[in-house]
Amino acid sequence: MTHDPMIELRATFFAECEELIEGLHDALQRLQDGCTDPETVNTVFRAVHSIKGNAGAFGLQELVDFAHGFESAMEEVRAGRVPITPESVRLFISAADRLQDLVALAQTGAPLAVAPDLVGGEPASGLPSPEDEIDFTPTPLALDLAEDDTRAHPPIWLIRFAPAEGLYRSGNESLWILRALSALGPTTTRCILPDDLPPPSPDNAETPLLEWEVRLQGDVTREDIAQVFDFVADVCRLDVTQTDAPLAWQPGPNVAAEADTSPPTPPTSHPGDVSPTVRVDLDRIDRLMNQVGELVINQAMLAQSIAEAGLSQHASITSGLDSFMMLTRDIQESVMMIRAQPVKLLFQRMARIAREASANSGKQIRFRTEGDATEIDKTVLERLSDPLTHMVRNAVSHGIEPAAQRLAAGKPAEGSITLSASHRAGRVLIEIADDGAGIDRNKVRAAAIQRGLIAPDAQLCDAEIDNLLFSPGFSTAAQLSSLSGRGVGMDVVRSALSLLGGRIAIASSPGAGTRFSISLPLTLAVLDGMVVSAGGQTLVVPLSAIIETAMLLPERVHQLGSGRAVMMIRQDCVPLFDLGEKLGFHPRRETGAAGIVILIAQEDGRRAALIVDRIMEQRQVVIKGLSEIHGRIPGVAAATILGDGQIALILDPADLVGPAVPPLPLLKAAG
Amino acid sequence: MSTPSDPASQPDIEVLSFRLDDQEYCLDIAHVREIRGWTRATPLPHAPPHLKGVINMRGTVLPVIDLGLRLGGPPVEPDEHKVIVVVSLGKLTAGLLVDAVSDILTAAPDQIQPAPEYGIDPSDSCLKALLMIEGKLIRILDLGAVLPPAAGAAA
Repeated sequence: MTHDPMIELRATFFAECEELIEGLHDALQRLQDGCTDPETVNTVFRAVHSIKGNAGAFGLQELVDFAHGFESAMEEVRAGRVPITPESVRLFISAADRLQDLVALAQTGAPLAVAPDLVGGEPASGLPSPEDEIDFTPTPLALDLAEDDTRAHPPIWLIRFAPAEGLYRSGNESLWILRALSALGPTTTRCILPDDLPPPSPDNAETPLLEWEVRLQGDVTREDIAQVFDFVADVCRLDVTQTDAPLAWQPGPNVAAEADTSPPTPPTSHPGDVSPTVRVDLDRIDRLMNQVGELVINQAMLAQSIAEAGLSQHASITSGLDSFMMLTRDIQESVMMIRAQPVKLLFQRMARIAREASANSGKQIRFRTEGDATEIDKTVLERLSDPLTHMVRNAVSHGIEPAAQRLAAGKPAEGSITLSASHRAGRVLIEIADDGAGIDRNKVRAAAIQRGLIAPDAQLCDAEIDNLLFSPGFSTAAQLSSLSGRGVGMDVVRSALSLLGGRIAIASSPGAGTRFSISLPLTLAVLDGMVVSAGGQTLVVPLSAIIETAMLLPERVHQLGSGRAVMMIRQDCVPLFDLGEKLGFHPRRETGAAGIVILIAQEDGRRAALIVDRIMEQRQVVIKGLSEIHGRIPGVAAATILGDGQIALILDPADLVGPAVPPLPLLKAAG
Repeated sequence: MSTPSDPASQPDIEVLSFRLDDQEYCLDIAHVREIRGWTRATPLPHAPPHLKGVINMRGTVLPVIDLGLRLGGPPVEPDEHKVIVVVSLGKLTAGLLVDAVSDILTAAPDQIQPAPEYGIDPSDSCLKALLMIEGKLIRILDLGAVLPPAAGAAA
């Protein structure tokens, strides 16, 4: 027994917090959108309350305090004493952000900051200020019981507490709860033994068998008592009644008390209509994914051996192989679905980035998200966070104009940014659109000339000017602001996305706004590719990059100066590259010879033609990462294993022929 | 607890020794994952000459380094008699192509002496120490020096 149950419990707690915070943000978003029904308010309340209760179990006092203040404020809303206004919702959203921070801090084990400085937090009138929230007097919360607080003389409470299945397993202990009760005032406690108490054995060690009856005299409210049971509310039966009986225990009829008072509603109860889920360690799924990858490779090997053995004519073998292939593909898709996650959490994080950026810049921004349910592979999702953060900050600081300027242009003062996700042709499309001023092309051009990126007299079309934003080191901001800048530019965003097999495009119209479109593969695990041969090597070109294949006819090829050539494809001049030469597998050769070309498209719509020796097949390949030992290889995205067990490199065509890559130098040996 | 500078208190180490050309090298066996025969490697574009390419090691893409070239000596001519020593250092795993694997030796601390410094020989920086055992001189490889410079060269 090497694992620590406490660590597991903590992990469960933080995973639950994540879900609760997600639900909290959702509900607050609904409030912001004007949906103010009691259930939405209750959802906010319940989420905060659950986090508080669970945090208490782990002794995260600052988190409990903050959540308590938040909860109390929500209670005021719930009771109708505080109206739901845009200001109050904004404050609640800030509080939710803060709560999320505290949870994140607690997870790292760092000491929690006590002062809850809320972002953009001028509290609305009638609302407790954040500091006041902490000291807010507790009011009756989740227990739907009559309020009968008789403070004249200390009342006597009769508490019947029956631990239920799961109480001990969740790390709770009746003794501590009884001690906590006795801290409220003088108590007498009685243990109720069931008639059929089984002998103690390892089998029933975790099953609670005893019930407790406590008489407590003290100037406490029902709420104070309920709080003691906060962490176990869903794993026990609890009755709290007020009694006139004296404190000393009097033997009474040993009847269950649930007949006259209904059991309390567990405050941590979740909505019942959620489909059951299993929490699985990501490592296990990764292992499964790898094994499925092996299966796909093995299946390809088998298919190849069958073909080589001349058994392809054998109907039963061929049909058996076909159904094996279909099954493999099904399994692969199922495993990929396990790894897929909705973009919702990421989008919520972006909403927060936008809020903070707009608070810092003093711009009013309405941030909307669309397609939250779109699912992407978890790895892609995680690595998308940094580029998106940068782009959202960019949209706020560069995209949206200041309010005065917007009003002058006849637009509403509030800028609008939309982040959307959708599936398109086997890829995920993520778009960030703003309704700002659009790209100031004169400014971009001037900046590019100043930095020596283009010649002063260069003739560039609008799209070419827009694409200058992706040039390394380019920034139109006169000085790096704390918002976007941070020393990284759009070139970093582009390279981060290209590592994911993604492409980014930009579209802008003056006065109407800018739209960045990111296209990403659904997964980093498999890819549809065309297997080709060039320079004696077998290579894989991603199908998504290929527009068409064609015969290389000498009459279509025109030489341009020394060694460069273009190919005419339906009136278009397309630059022609010899793939084997480009990769350094053989020296330059005459491009006039007949052969096969693959026409590929880059993200900006420009095309290029690659000469290959042979096209072998089109198939799905399992993506294998390359080692860090040799670093990045220009034009190569990853590797895969073919049916014969050999490794083939997967090309990144845009990187191979893209304008950003200078002529590939032959690298020298180390040492 | 004795101080690390006291050689007598250091535990013995086990090393795998192998041959490159006519020289004997070894490395800490803790870094050795497995030993396998030569298989054809898929070359990497624009890679330094000592990087022979990548091979399929049970589904993992394994870079193979010609240790002879890496240490500034003659290349190891790949044929079926040559051996790839699969080593790992931290998160890096690589295959080292050598002429032959010789032995597994136990080295006592007093048999190890620091490598002399010449300052010009490229193989110098890859030597951690020298091992005198049974009248033979064996060079102890500094794996950390063998692997990362390759990354720098191709980046």
